[in-house]
Amino acid sequence: MTLLRTAPPTALFGLLVLAATLVLGLFAPLIAPYGETEIVGGEYLPWSAEHPLGTDNLGRDMLSRMIYGARNTVGLALLTTGIAFSIGAALGMFAALRGGWIDQALSRAVDVIMAVPPLILALMLLAIVGPSIPNMVGVIAVIYLAPVYRLSRAAAMNVVALDFIGAAQLRGEGTIWLLRREILPNISSTLVAEAGLRFCFVFLFIAALSFLGIGIQPPTADWGSMVKENATLITFGDVTPLIPAGAIALLTVSINFIVDWMLHRASGLKS
Amino acid sequence: MGNLLTIRDLRLEAGSRSAPTVILEGLDLDLDRGEVLGLVGESGAGKSSAGLAAMGFVRDGVRIAGGRIDFDGTDLARAPQRTLRRLHGRRIAYVAQSAAASFNPAHRLIDQFAEGPILHGTADAATAQADARALYRQMQLPDPDEIGFRYPHEVSGGQLQRAMTAMAMACRPDLIIFDEPTTALDVTTQIEVLGAMRDITERFGTAAIYITHDLAVVSQMADRITVMRHGREVETAPTRRMLDAPQQDYTRSLWAVRSIRKPEATGPAEPVLTLDGVSAHYRDFKALDDISFGLCRGRTTAVVGESGSGKSTLAKVIAGLMPPGAGRVAWDGTPLAGHHDRRTKDQLRQVQMIYQMADTALNPRHTVRETLDRPVAFFTGLSGKARRARVRELMELIELDPDAFLDRRIPELSGGQKQRIGIARALAAEPRFIICDEITSALDQIVAEGILKLLIRLQRDLGLTYMFITHDLATVEAIADEVVVMKEGRIVESGPRAQIFDAPRQAYTRRLLASVPQMDAGWLDRARRDAARARSAETAA
Repeated sequence: MTLLRTAPPTALFGLLVLAATLVLGLFAPLIAPYGETEIVGGEYLPWSAEHPLGTDNLGRDMLSRMIYGARNTVGLALLTTGIAFSIGAALGMFAALRGGWIDQALSRAVDVIMAVPPLILALMLLAIVGPSIPNMVGVIAVIYLAPVYRLSRAAAMNVVALDFIGAAQLRGEGTIWLLRREILPNISSTLVAEAGLRFCFVFLFIAALSFLGIGIQPPTADWGSMVKENATLITFGDVTPLIPAGAIALLTVSINFIVDWMLHRASGLKS
Repeated sequence: MGNLLTIRDLRLEAGSRSAPTVILEGLDLDLDRGEVLGLVGESGAGKSSAGLAAMGFVRDGVRIAGGRIDFDGTDLARAPQRTLRRLHGRRIAYVAQSAAASFNPAHRLIDQFAEGPILHGTADAATAQADARALYRQMQLPDPDEIGFRYPHEVSGGQLQRAMTAMAMACRPDLIIFDEPTTALDVTTQIEVLGAMRDITERFGTAAIYITHDLAVVSQMADRITVMRHGREVETAPTRRMLDAPQQDYTRSLWAVRSIRKPEATGPAEPVLTLDGVSAHYRDFKALDDISFGLCRGRTTAVVGESGSGKSTLAKVIAGLMPPGAGRVAWDGTPLAGHHDRRTKDQLRQVQMIYQMADTALNPRHTVRETLDRPVAFFTGLSGKARRARVRELMELIELDPDAFLDRRIPELSGGQKQRIGIARALAAEPRFIICDEITSALDQIVAEGILKLLIRLQRDLGLTYMFITHDLATVEAIADEVVVMKEGRIVESGPRAQIFDAPRQAYTRRLLASVPQMDAGWLDRARRDAARARSAETAA
């Protein structure tokens, strides 16, 4: 609780938005006035008491789809970030600890992933494995595993050089103990801060893929494809398609506020 | 002439205004033109803060809460930044402890030298560069005309420290603050740097504040000494009087630190660990060259040498962190594998290591309990109540209260306490042999003395064998039974302590011994003369 009291207003704002999004996502069926794919009226209805944000290109309620979208987009982004981090961080620390050819092999493999622009790589891999949600999660996790690996390897390199690692090795400790008990606690603050940032990227990436039509498939609601489906409305001076885009922006900014605060705390700077 | 610097009733605070931490309290200092004042004390005594305050500068988070800092008519405690910027570098200069960290690695030395004079308008670039060469020559730097065109990483630590002193002199300041400028240097290098610093301040009549924890050094440099403790002045007196007749108990205890002597070893000397023709390489660099000697059971063998002599590599080879290129290491007659992965658990248990930097040798994310609990569990297999009891017993062995310390995190400990935990971790394995790698060099003399006494007691009680790596001969004299002198990866000389200290056979050993700072008045001049002579003798031989 004291942690929250010392948080700056920007971080509190970020936490509030994140909490609201999570609540909306978790309890979407209870909160949303209509169903996710339910056609409730005419196409492109303007804002009204019945449909606070109007309806979309197929006559579905925009507000309800926004609420369900939070569930799909944010949930998948969390899952993907989680996978990318657990594998990337473990491999990075392992490479830093072992060095030699293991480090070389892993690092060059990661370089290959990083050498191709992420969106193109994703399009290519999804074209091979086919656009389904598990495939998309897997592909994005592989792509984002690379920067996480690089970060955790670099951070772990600094720790591995310290004498307490030598002391544990001289004791005869195994790899798992070294990674989990000696290295991880010393780089966890860096990783947590990075995870927040990476979550934003993953989230935007999913939105981008959905916008391109190979991410989350219709009729599932997600913020990225909602922008795409209703984009034509902008030409008529209607702001509705900007609302999912705005939600993406708001969540991204909020998470960055939280991350800034965490980085600040991790760096040990006072005030 | 009036005082150059007068500090009156200075109070520095850190932290919140309602409950501040006091850094300095009621400090008075006076400094005449051309006078050298020594500031002495343990770490945390506030001597560095006092030195910085003499420039009107405080570290981040620290504020001047009261008092005056009067520098030649200007009150630096209240002067605006603009005034301070005009004084810094021009009339007040600063020489930091680590020259390597203070130079910008991306620029040549001479360009960094010229920055001050150009900024303050005392010289143009060409004049400043000519002046730099002249000062480099006076600082006795090798090749003074060319050395300025090198980058900081291309010159040695001692040379860098002299280049930094030359840089501080660039605008001919009235006052120089020396903040532990030789602490990071080898004893033989230290003499050259100290000598050059003293010559140049005398030549230009520059006043100086010399901050150090080494009494012998300060007695060579300062006209007057102020002893500080807990942010307050303990005692101030002219150097001679301070050394001969200190008034305060605390000062006397500082003076008495160098007096520990371990009793002579008795009984037969049977080697427990033997090295036979050990060599080791870092790529093309030969760090150890055909090293053979034995370490005797229950005794302390000190390995002495300057940095780069291979003594830490020797520790790594014995511990199994670095496999030797040739030769073998044997424990009780059984050869040890080169790499620790291939040693048995019992062999790992027998040989433990204590590290120089306790800060990096202990995992900062662990508590004291976690740090000790793991090796106890790992090596003894104890569990539950017996393990907890053993951890407490270890704490008692190293003279720290288990109730007060077991649940603290490592960063909450002082340097000396951390080093004690490092010792406890080594003892947790119930070893027979402990390698101590420069374990007191990062500590104050008083704290270091406590650690040495502890090690001597543990050796007596537990029958431990030590290999003690150090560059500090005062420490060697205090605790060693046998001494091995190393230079450039080879053994120069070895033998019992008395033989090495009283009748050294090699010129290098004699030079090393003569380099240990002494408190008597003429030591520095004598040592510089001897060093010059010894060096020419070594080259002749």
